[in-house]
Amino acid sequence: MMEGVMDLVVGVLLVVGAFFALVAAIGLVRLDDVYMRMHAASKAGTLGSGVLLLALAVDSQELDVVTRAIAGLVFFMLTAPISAHLLARAAYLVGYRPCKATYRDALADTIVKPEGLGQPETQADDGEDAKYTH
Amino acid sequence: MIDMSLFLEVCVDIAFALLSISFIIIVYRIATGPTLPDRILALDMMVAVAIGFIATFGVRSGFYLYVDIAIALGLVGFLSTVAFARFVLARGSTEDSAIGRKDGGADR
Repeated sequence: MMEGVMDLVVGVLLVVGAFFALVAAIGLVRLDDVYMRMHAASKAGTLGSGVLLLALAVDSQELDVVTRAIAGLVFFMLTAPISAHLLARAAYLVGYRPCKATYRDALADTIVKPEGLGQPETQADDGEDAKYTH
Repeated sequence: MIDMSLFLEVCVDIAFALLSISFIIIVYRIATGPTLPDRILALDMMVAVAIGFIATFGVRSGFYLYVDIAIALGLVGFLSTVAFARFVLARGSTEDSAIGRKDGGADR
């Protein structure tokens, strides 16, 4: 009976995780620009792989495997926002603009651009050697 | 009474099918992504789907050692995404970016 309940839980977790991964992939195709696609990839995608790792942990029922699966899940939950933030910041600073469906560009006035990047009329004076090396 | 191990087998098959469809969709985005950050984001998403695929295969085969491979793949994916982001930043403005467009539209 206990194995039956565990198999039920593992099966439901597997289908739910794969469904979230599929939703993230569909969002990666359907959405319009890179900033919108980040919503799908870094939230639904991380949730999908995390739920699948949780299914592996529930299926094993061994302490070492459960510990490693939880550690991996925590690692993915911590690193996915960091990598998405770095990629969005790099793309915005280099000059990829949001699409027209984004009515309001909240970063346009607040973000601090390093010298040598950004709009071409502001970098015309310093020359090409003032690149962003950080 | 439904046999629960048969239910688990069917669920594993469904998960494999959904993850394979996700792989195909992500490869389409990598191939036709209009800009470089789109491709980097799709590669990052592909690593996440591969981690899920490895976990599903661990459930099917019973080799729970696969969770170590999933953790290592996640570490490599995170580091490669960080390195790609630094590359985008260091590469600076190129002609395929949207710099200088007055309409503010993204590349389609």
